[in-house]
Amino acid sequence: MSALNIRHVNKTFGSTQVLKDISLAIDSGEFLILVGPSGCGKSTLMNTIAGLEPVTSGEIRIGDEDVTWHTPSERDIAMVFQSYALYPSMNVRQNISFGLEMRKMPKAQREEAVSRVAELLQITPLLDRKPSQLSGGQRQRVAMGRALAREPQIYLFDEPLSNLDAKLRVEMRTEIKKLHQRLGTTIVYVTHDQIEAMTLADRIAVMRDGEILQLGTPHEVYNDPVDMFVAGFMGSPSMNFLSVTLVSQASGYALQVHDEEQGGTALTLPWPVERGTQELSARVGEHLILGLRPEHFLEDDAIQETSGEGTRLEVTATVVEPTGADTLLQAWLGGNEVTARLGPKSRVVAGDRVALRADLSRAVLFDEKTQRRLA
Amino acid sequence: MANMVRRHTTSARLWRAGLYTLLIVAALVYLLPLVVMLLTSLKPLDDIRAGGLLSLPSTISFEAWSKAWSSACTGMRCDGMSGYFLNSIAIVVPAVAISSFVGALNGYVLTKWRFRGANLCFALLLFGCFVPFQVVLMPMARTLGWLGLASSTSGLVLVHVVYGIAFTTLFFRNYYVSIPDEMIAAAKLDGAGFWRIFWRILLPVSGPIITVTVIWQFTQIWNDFLFGVSFAGFDSQPVTVALNNMVNTSTGVKEYNVDMAAAMIAALPTLVVYVLAGKYFVRGLTAGSVKG
Repeated sequence: MSALNIRHVNKTFGSTQVLKDISLAIDSGEFLILVGPSGCGKSTLMNTIAGLEPVTSGEIRIGDEDVTWHTPSERDIAMVFQSYALYPSMNVRQNISFGLEMRKMPKAQREEAVSRVAELLQITPLLDRKPSQLSGGQRQRVAMGRALAREPQIYLFDEPLSNLDAKLRVEMRTEIKKLHQRLGTTIVYVTHDQIEAMTLADRIAVMRDGEILQLGTPHEVYNDPVDMFVAGFMGSPSMNFLSVTLVSQASGYALQVHDEEQGGTALTLPWPVERGTQELSARVGEHLILGLRPEHFLEDDAIQETSGEGTRLEVTATVVEPTGADTLLQAWLGGNEVTARLGPKSRVVAGDRVALRADLSRAVLFDEKTQRRLA
Repeated sequence: MANMVRRHTTSARLWRAGLYTLLIVAALVYLLPLVVMLLTSLKPLDDIRAGGLLSLPSTISFEAWSKAWSSACTGMRCDGMSGYFLNSIAIVVPAVAISSFVGALNGYVLTKWRFRGANLCFALLLFGCFVPFQVVLMPMARTLGWLGLASSTSGLVLVHVVYGIAFTTLFFRNYYVSIPDEMIAAAKLDGAGFWRIFWRILLPVSGPIITVTVIWQFTQIWNDFLFGVSFAGFDSQPVTVALNNMVNTSTGVKEYNVDMAAAMIAALPTLVVYVLAGKYFVRGLTAGSVKG
């Protein structure tokens, strides 16, 4: 049985439709992430789940109960907000136990719940402080504690980490993941940060313009994007899109990379034989978009042992960005500027000629107009 | 700005000296009426007839104060300001409490339980701030008569509440707008309803604006003369009306020291409220509810 079931939910504000026929089911214990650019409707969807916004049409079920028209307090839900939304006049203890008090839990049990949660989140020494006396990370913990104390059926996280600095964000991310693994809670989590989505989720729903474009595991969404938007949104640096023409060769299909400046074809990349589909044969001669992730490029030296894999390319590095763990290289490939992710040992500097190999076995092809995935 | 790098040249020092002189002189000018009032109220009548306004009293006497409080004549009655002072308190306390409470409630609804037309509603209320006292005199008199509250303390309280709600709503609405909606959403999810959120979440962080509203309303209502003189009955007149009656009396010797003492008595409560509550003006009690 699914913990949360959203069926054909629509939401309009005035004449703008912010949620378009959203359907979604989440299993108990699942960690679902709603991700998308700002204005895609992910926060609105979360607010409708919480009952903070009424739906225009559709149905929301929690467990086997229809809660579409239940007030927020009647739904067994807790929420962690981006601004933490702690009650400034109450100390940490009161903040955590307020929801329990509202639900008329006896005092002894409330205190037990507070100390359990405080221990779990390591905030026991802070219990008597006011929110104004806490750091950002501590406030974040208290906000989570307030949700955890209630032990609701579903937790909603609304961009909980975006107010933290980079280092703390990574720490808290790990901690949320640990908590989820330990407690087996059902979580719906909104973020615009695709790294958070990739690292935390059991499943990701990528949203745009009030629609769910793709719903799948992080692996599926990353490696099998349904269209160019999903492909470009997930992954950092984002996927390279090259404008190509599909041609038919004796050995199978190949892609001619255009060179807009000089006109004509800069180079030809053979398309893996095993990935040739029926649909491609109808597209021969058409302009398509080739999607190659930065890590699909390999520095030639690095794969000398397995030479023959992929297509050898020679490019001139325009920008080199060492990040420590790896080195990002930008170069012109035909008329397209592409980013390649090289190993940390790479000693390339800007201006160098670099030999790369493109591993097309994991590349993806899109229709130029509809931006839908072809192969 | 003491926390700024500055060059200490002679001309800069001269400027500074000139600036302070100007400010001190201005402060003295503003203080002068109060000084004159205080001095006059402490002088015996002979001193007043003999000397200038600023001369010091030959003997300090509180007789004028005690007469103003308990035995000066206001119109027909000669039992001082004390009764009227209590009348004023009986008007001000409930009027301030009710108008502030209703204002807080209005502000809460207008910002956190928004409804269709909330902005129009607020705009109309705002309009109430600009309605002059004189305009409402006649309709208010009719209304009070119709309600059976004419010439009573309750009637005056009602008038001041009605007139004050526009201001108190404005104050609270603008304060609550800055309180994050997420805090209210969190309380809703925690299971708190309309009144619980108001009492437990919002009011405890409303200290600064409650102070501002109370000071404003107290000053307005305590200092009001027009409504008092128009709607008060013989035994519900506020202190401002009594002061006028005392000072404008045309019989007997003009006792300036008693007049001044009475004026000081009438003005004292607003000063006291300001001094006592003023320090809460600047406290930001919401610090820490959101990212800081």
